[in-house]
Amino acid sequence: MSKTITSGHHEAPTSYGIYVLIWLALMSLTAITAVVAGIDLAAFTLVIALLIAVVKSSLVVNVFMRVKYDDKIFKIFIAIAGGTLTVIFLLTFADVYFRR
Amino acid sequence: MSDITIPEARQAAEHAPAHKKDTQGVKMGMWLFLMTELLLFSGMFLLYSVYRYYYTKEFHQAGMETHTMFGTVNTMVLLTSSLTMALSIAAIERGKKWLSVTFLSSTIVLGLGFLVIKYAEWSTEIADGIYPGSPKLLQHPRGFELFFAMYYLMTGLHGLHVLVGCGILITMLIFIIRGKITQDDPVRLEAAGLYWHLIDIVWIFLFPLFYLVN
Repeated sequence: MSKTITSGHHEAPTSYGIYVLIWLALMSLTAITAVVAGIDLAAFTLVIALLIAVVKSSLVVNVFMRVKYDDKIFKIFIAIAGGTLTVIFLLTFADVYFRR
Repeated sequence: MSDITIPEARQAAEHAPAHKKDTQGVKMGMWLFLMTELLLFSGMFLLYSVYRYYYTKEFHQAGMETHTMFGTVNTMVLLTSSLTMALSIAAIERGKKWLSVTFLSSTIVLGLGFLVIKYAEWSTEIADGIYPGSPKLLQHPRGFELFFAMYYLMTGLHGLHVLVGCGILITMLIFIIRGKITQDDPVRLEAAGLYWHLIDIVWIFLFPLFYLVN
């Protein structure tokens, strides 16, 4: 079919439906974070809120920013940047925690 | 594969390789820029974390003072603007110029709406006497004051990015209307979209750190 040839031109357009679905997921996760914050889970409150933020941002990166459908090189970019940041955070936290 | 007609194949061969290379290059450049943005914000997140560790109690008290409602509404506004941004790109890729214009305009309106809400929020707080160096804040412990210093710094820098993002999107809107961004050449809109989504991601992390302290 002629569709196969145009895909070499630019990636096959993502369907509107997927975006709407992801948006609904993001809105629900926001509602969940807001509700969870109201419940006292002591130290876990922050951890859960941050975990939800990680899930939300990975949805945005993969679908809205299309990394999931894009070339592998972009995944490598993000992995290297993410890895570097993790090291910076961990080393700083280790320093702060073990100081004194 | 066998269904491809010769004129179609020739047309694809003429356009595809050069165009694809260019597209990937533009996106790669944009991603590299986004990494520098990420580093800029990460430095502040790092500072926030360390202060929060040192002044756990004060950050907790100060966090109760922010308006969760403003934060939640603004999160939803920004997430929706990310949706319309993605839809705008999807529309231009299908050759639907005016649908794309409509979605992109919605994104800009939502972005400006975010800033209006932010303005209302800051005004409320400033009216309450909460701003960096205010006499009211100086009466509080140091950690309390630091929380609001970080709050104004980080949400302020983020707001500035939203403002710049709106400017970029307005430029893209003009490009689409003038036919400079088309179905065959949507990469500038895609790059602008990447920037817009990054702003959204930064907010996704700001939201729990400043508004969801219970």
